[in-house]
Amino acid sequence: MYIPHTDQERQEMLATIGVESIEDLFQDIPDKYRFPHLDLPDGISEMEVLDQMKLLADANYSTNDFVNFLGAGAYDHYVPAAVDMLLRRGDFFSAYTPYQPEISQGTLQAIFEYQTLITNLTGMEISNASHYDGATAAAETVITAYYHFRKKRNTVILSPYINPEYIAVIKTYLQAARDINIIIPDIKSPAHFADTAMDLISEDTALVFFQYPDFMGNLFDYTKMIRKVHETGGLTASIVYPLALGLIKSPSTMGVDFIVGEAQSLGLPLSFGGPYIGFFSTKKEYIRKISGRIVGETVDEDNRRGYVLTLTAREQHIRREKATSNICTNQGLNALAVAIYLSLLGKTGLKKVASICYQKAHYLADQISSIKGFALLNQAPFFNEFVIRCPKKASVFSKKLSEAGILAGYDLANFSDNNANELLVAVTEKITKEDMDYFVETLQEVQNA
Amino acid sequence: METLSDRKYAKTDEWVKVQANSGRIGISDYAQDQLSDIVYVEFIKEPGDPVEKGEVFATIESVKAAADVNSPVSGIVKELNEALMDTPEVLNNDPYEEGWLGLIELSNESEIGDLMEAEDYESYCESR
Amino acid sequence: MPEKTIYELSSSGRVGFTYPELDVPQKDLPKNFLREDLPLPELSELDVVRHFTNLSRLNYSIDGGFYPLGSCTMKYNPRINEVTSRLPGFSATHPLQPIETVQGNLLLMYLLQEWLNEITGFDAATLQPAAGAHGELVGGLIIHAYHQFKNDGKRTKILIPDSAHGTNPATSNMSGFDIVSIPTDERGNVNCEVLSKKCDETTAGLMLTNPNTLGLFEEEVVRVNKIVHDAGGLVYGDGANLNALLGIVKPGQLGFDIMHINLHKTFSTPHGGGGPGAGPVVVSGFLEDFLPGPIVEIIEEAKGDLPPLYGFNFPEKSVGRMKAFHGHFGIMIRALTYMMVQGKDGLRSVSEHAVLNANYLMKLLKDVYTLPFDRTCKHEFVLEGYWQDVPDVHALDIAKRLIDYGFHPPTNYFPLNVHEALMIEPTETESKDTLDNFADALLDIAREAKTTPQLLKEAPHNAPVKRLDEVKAARELILCCWNPDQQTK
Repeated sequence: MYIPHTDQERQEMLATIGVESIEDLFQDIPDKYRFPHLDLPDGISEMEVLDQMKLLADANYSTNDFVNFLGAGAYDHYVPAAVDMLLRRGDFFSAYTPYQPEISQGTLQAIFEYQTLITNLTGMEISNASHYDGATAAAETVITAYYHFRKKRNTVILSPYINPEYIAVIKTYLQAARDINIIIPDIKSPAHFADTAMDLISEDTALVFFQYPDFMGNLFDYTKMIRKVHETGGLTASIVYPLALGLIKSPSTMGVDFIVGEAQSLGLPLSFGGPYIGFFSTKKEYIRKISGRIVGETVDEDNRRGYVLTLTAREQHIRREKATSNICTNQGLNALAVAIYLSLLGKTGLKKVASICYQKAHYLADQISSIKGFALLNQAPFFNEFVIRCPKKASVFSKKLSEAGILAGYDLANFSDNNANELLVAVTEKITKEDMDYFVETLQEVQNA
Repeated sequence: METLSDRKYAKTDEWVKVQANSGRIGISDYAQDQLSDIVYVEFIKEPGDPVEKGEVFATIESVKAAADVNSPVSGIVKELNEALMDTPEVLNNDPYEEGWLGLIELSNESEIGDLMEAEDYESYCESR
Repeated sequence: MPEKTIYELSSSGRVGFTYPELDVPQKDLPKNFLREDLPLPELSELDVVRHFTNLSRLNYSIDGGFYPLGSCTMKYNPRINEVTSRLPGFSATHPLQPIETVQGNLLLMYLLQEWLNEITGFDAATLQPAAGAHGELVGGLIIHAYHQFKNDGKRTKILIPDSAHGTNPATSNMSGFDIVSIPTDERGNVNCEVLSKKCDETTAGLMLTNPNTLGLFEEEVVRVNKIVHDAGGLVYGDGANLNALLGIVKPGQLGFDIMHINLHKTFSTPHGGGGPGAGPVVVSGFLEDFLPGPIVEIIEEAKGDLPPLYGFNFPEKSVGRMKAFHGHFGIMIRALTYMMVQGKDGLRSVSEHAVLNANYLMKLLKDVYTLPFDRTCKHEFVLEGYWQDVPDVHALDIAKRLIDYGFHPPTNYFPLNVHEALMIEPTETESKDTLDNFADALLDIAREAKTTPQLLKEAPHNAPVKRLDEVKAARELILCCWNPDQQTK
């Protein structure tokens, strides 16, 4: 399939090359291993593959089959129809990386606009063209801080309330790094991180890294901690849920140096976890230290405005072993989706959807905590995700609720054994009051049974 | 390709011009031409820092390349030409005078003898 | 006419998208966490659709024309992939749903792992890496972990041919290794004598791209890999050029221990203007325990009428998690759709025609453009974009002039071991007609270079913009649009 050659054309081409058959072009493959048998099925038609894929898709229960309260790093927001319709344009998705800028101005300008939108949202000065996801953006942040201090500061302090998968990825990325010391302090509760971090920082601290809202949904103001880190000469970074920034103030107002995170919530479907997009923003002074592609504005020979990939001397294809990262790509089409989503929602729309999420989440939190035996654990303000303590193991409730068509939230037994009675519940604008009342009723029923 | 005879050259394309017990260092005309349009200069050393012969002193970035400047001499850094950070193009236009990178108080004058004279450096460049 | 930016198109008060009315009581918002100002643009839906539609029209794409970028494999992106990946049963699944509710997804991933293993001749796979470079990092980390496990900490060096892609040394550095460069010989192969000398007890491994970036199959590949194994090192295969080998040879049988695969090259998933792709990694059995987690396995065997239960597992000595969740699932759907359509014979036909096309095109051009390595190539070949008698004309100028002829230029200035390189990879989805037209254009440009070189030096003349000032971009660093809410640019 998708091969246009006719028998005649093949013959003409072989004659031009000067060989008898296509096999003759593979003489340099060792005889013993040439043309192996592939133990795979025969090819099928488009109609058949669609049927087979439908069978697989139908073997799932998707969030369309449940009322969904699962968050924990991937959020079920509504994606406006215009986003996907624009992504289907072959001029966008079948284009390559814009290495020939004269014929890639569409991609380049879209990324330039994406960069601007991210800086507007986060309140930082610059953004790159994106990383693979929030977790790898976080890992790249740690690496950036380490190289910034020319390896003279070797300690990185991570909040234990950063998404555990992000912490795992940071550790993976650093396993071969000679002498970086990662400290994840044991703290009594999320509210204690700032004080604990302030006690731990020293002249050897390269970076203090927190999440906002944290993994349990809490919002804290870290201004004091950030000031103290800066006084000792270190850097600070925050992982942020970007949609929350439509309503909630950005950590840029607290003085943080890097704001990174997962932008899936800004126009990408859940898609079982990927592909997503990691955004990365910081202050202008660090521009040469960061990895990833960057688009800049310039002019052409006729003085017309245009866009190009810039500061490429930082990247792997030039620095090679001296590059701080091997990253060779961004999440192009996904950055475009985010740019379209934010353009469409704009100032009013993003604030609106963030407010709706906030209000609905608070309604649900109130309702659940009024059931005997259940409690809302968040002591700090939260955005749209919160923790409920159940009278028994959370898994008991989530299993029963699943049978009733509800994905109750993320079982925090996955976070630690001490949290086994806890559920992390997320609410988005797609959830209705009826959905939430049904959730509460069902919880009540399970509790009574 | 210009090579001035009043200074000595390293194989890695840096020059040093001795003044009393100090050496002014920079990159050669050949080097700036190879790099083409320079967009940024980053100093790795600060005034007061010790530097060993061969140690990275600065990094120069152009649109298509990034290169380390290795100090051709050992000593203590006295001065840096920080103006280059705002006008890096000076390195392309005048690598031998206005485009000097640093002034180093020499700790081992015999190192100068190991470097190439202008004609030797010129032949070396032609052979590349 | 340059397209305005979304900020320039913005008009205060315009609304592009609305939501249903709030159906729950409103609570007060936490005052000390409220955002003061949100400086986003304000556009109508038509503004947005028109703007991005107009931007798309400024792009060259595979849909629009021939894209012979070496080592990128710009083959046609089948539309059916776009349909299957959007089936709501797939796209509406949350990564943290209980595994019993996503057996369709897990089976799809399991099948993809099996197909990739069978095609490449390896034993186990991870689908988690998000891109080729990410898969390469997995390779580097596995080599590192393997030697640590064997208490062989003195293995600190990775050998890399001088023709290698920049990610190879960058990855080695990230994996904690020093790099030793191995030269290429006159036939375009790794220099085995130098390799033998440099392989010793400090060798952690070799990173080898086969076919290499010159488009040439390593004639002594089995010997090369054996040299490294005999010295106690591992061999990592950069699978960027796998499009030449489907059904032709299984790299796992040639002595490679680990390999990454680019789904967005070999397996037709879209390039997206620079991602998202996917870079699965396949390994030989003895490295299976080091794979990043989670990987998909059968966790309960089939029983009677019940199918097996698929789930996630973390390998025992795993190098760890490479990203959040499970990998680029949306890309996996596209790749498996493509593989199933091709089937075993289709896959072999892909590589046969990729190699046929490359050799045909090479033959049409080799008399006018210098071919540094005159051997049967695989799916791509490298020419010199330079003639001694017109020394002012460079590969860049030839590339820019091709744009005027309606073609995307080939890869420029890579690999580094060819002077003024033009790396050309036609792919199997291009017809003889397209190749003939492309060859004619390059031959015309060669004539123009001698008679009217200005046409090349000033190209492109017919693109939406002329040559852009990259120096100005790097010196002035304007990285954001003008935002009316910010006083500074």
